[in-house]
Amino acid sequence: MPSEDASTPQRRLTDQLKTGLDAPICLTWEITYGCNLACIHCLSSSGRRDPRELSTGEAMAVVDELHDLQVFYVNIGGGEPTIRPDFYDLVQYCVSRGVGVKFSTNGSTINAERAARLAGMDYVDVQISIDGADAETNDAVRGAGSYAAARRAMDHLSGAGFGQFKISVVTTRHNVEQLDAFEALADGYGAQLRLTRLRPSGRGVDTWGQLHPTQDQQVSLYRWLIDRPGVLTGDSFFHLSALGEALPGLNLCGAGRVVCLIDPVGDVYACPFVLHPEFMAGSVRAPGGFTQVWRHSELFTELRQPSAAGACASCGSYDACQGGCMAAKFFTGLPLDGPDPECVLGHGERMLAGVAAGAAPSPGPGHSVPVTLSARRR
Amino acid sequence: MTTASGATKAHRGEPDRAAASASTSFDPSARYQLDPQVALRPEPFGALAYHYGSRRLTFLRSELLVEVVRGLDAHESVDAALATTVPEADRPAYRRALASLADSRFILAV
Repeated sequence: MPSEDASTPQRRLTDQLKTGLDAPICLTWEITYGCNLACIHCLSSSGRRDPRELSTGEAMAVVDELHDLQVFYVNIGGGEPTIRPDFYDLVQYCVSRGVGVKFSTNGSTINAERAARLAGMDYVDVQISIDGADAETNDAVRGAGSYAAARRAMDHLSGAGFGQFKISVVTTRHNVEQLDAFEALADGYGAQLRLTRLRPSGRGVDTWGQLHPTQDQQVSLYRWLIDRPGVLTGDSFFHLSALGEALPGLNLCGAGRVVCLIDPVGDVYACPFVLHPEFMAGSVRAPGGFTQVWRHSELFTELRQPSAAGACASCGSYDACQGGCMAAKFFTGLPLDGPDPECVLGHGERMLAGVAAGAAPSPGPGHSVPVTLSARRR
Repeated sequence: MTTASGATKAHRGEPDRAAASASTSFDPSARYQLDPQVALRPEPFGALAYHYGSRRLTFLRSELLVEVVRGLDAHESVDAALATTVPEADRPAYRRALASLADSRFILAV
């Protein structure tokens, strides 16, 4: 029975998706921790490459597995994925195996020649990241010169006739007033605008408090998105659906159910925003590979069990927001069955006030380039 | 998020690179086929369908709908396909599901 209103009872799609799929719908693959930038909200605390990163051969074996699982596309990121010397070979290999590629880049390596190469590839989507509609706002988060570099990449893609690339923005307190400007920028390039939610992950643990949108800004953002169903969101703002009409897309936490992350060393996490041992399900390097982790890991099996609404059980909006983002709760020290820290009804804010300083889990320094102020020991 | 039809709205995370052209009218008396750029992946609820051209993702919400979609081009019309596969009482719902798939160009008139 295909219809929701038919006489035979049918489980809602969201309920079906919660119990997991045979393979992820959408998989994020961070292929390197190396990055030439040091964004203050980096979800993966990237900077230095890790000597244990998957080799070209190992990465291609992962692609073979994704092909066998019929994963339609991967979101490739990092770090800055394009700094891997085999980046274009890996992209080409994905495409040749029927695995579409969408990759996120800060744009700094996209010159005219590479833009032309990308324009010639089928099934490759490019997302250029900026976090401000002007250099001042952007560079405060992503570092000096990063806005200009991103714009150069956009110019190159546009000049090469790539077509519709995406401009990807992490929504912050400082750029949420610039949504119209982002839209105009995207329109000017014939590009698509993509807005995603800031999470307190990676280096974002230290900056989220200052950067996440205020309650009033969340309401404005929600209305702006409702009016613009063509703006992409990666379905990341479902917590805002408690404000009224649901935003388009999947309104649920897909971690370990329909999405997951493969990190540069091959470790598999429930989602890109929970790089913490507690959410590491296994490794693609272990026997059985990625398939074994996806289908049988203890963590993913647990995440697919029905979850209790916990502190949110008595809230009339739980069906709309589903309790929000697991990663945001985890890294702010809130219980996973409690409200999202950005709960639009204010329940999260009230609970955050009761989290003792230092009580929230730490993602650790990750691969951040250490700031060396003291003299080096020799 | 789910619609009354078997095919649900496209996943917002996955947009059209070449924005979908104007919706075409669905004609159940015509022969249709799965767009060659569409891949189906079996799932417990039916199948996931992905359009490599438009980058759209959609859900086929029953195994029977998957069977109908796969077999469309073997019948001279959508109605003929439904007549051989789907119980009569359910056909209107399936017709709506197929209209939605035609609208998003997962299936095409041959």
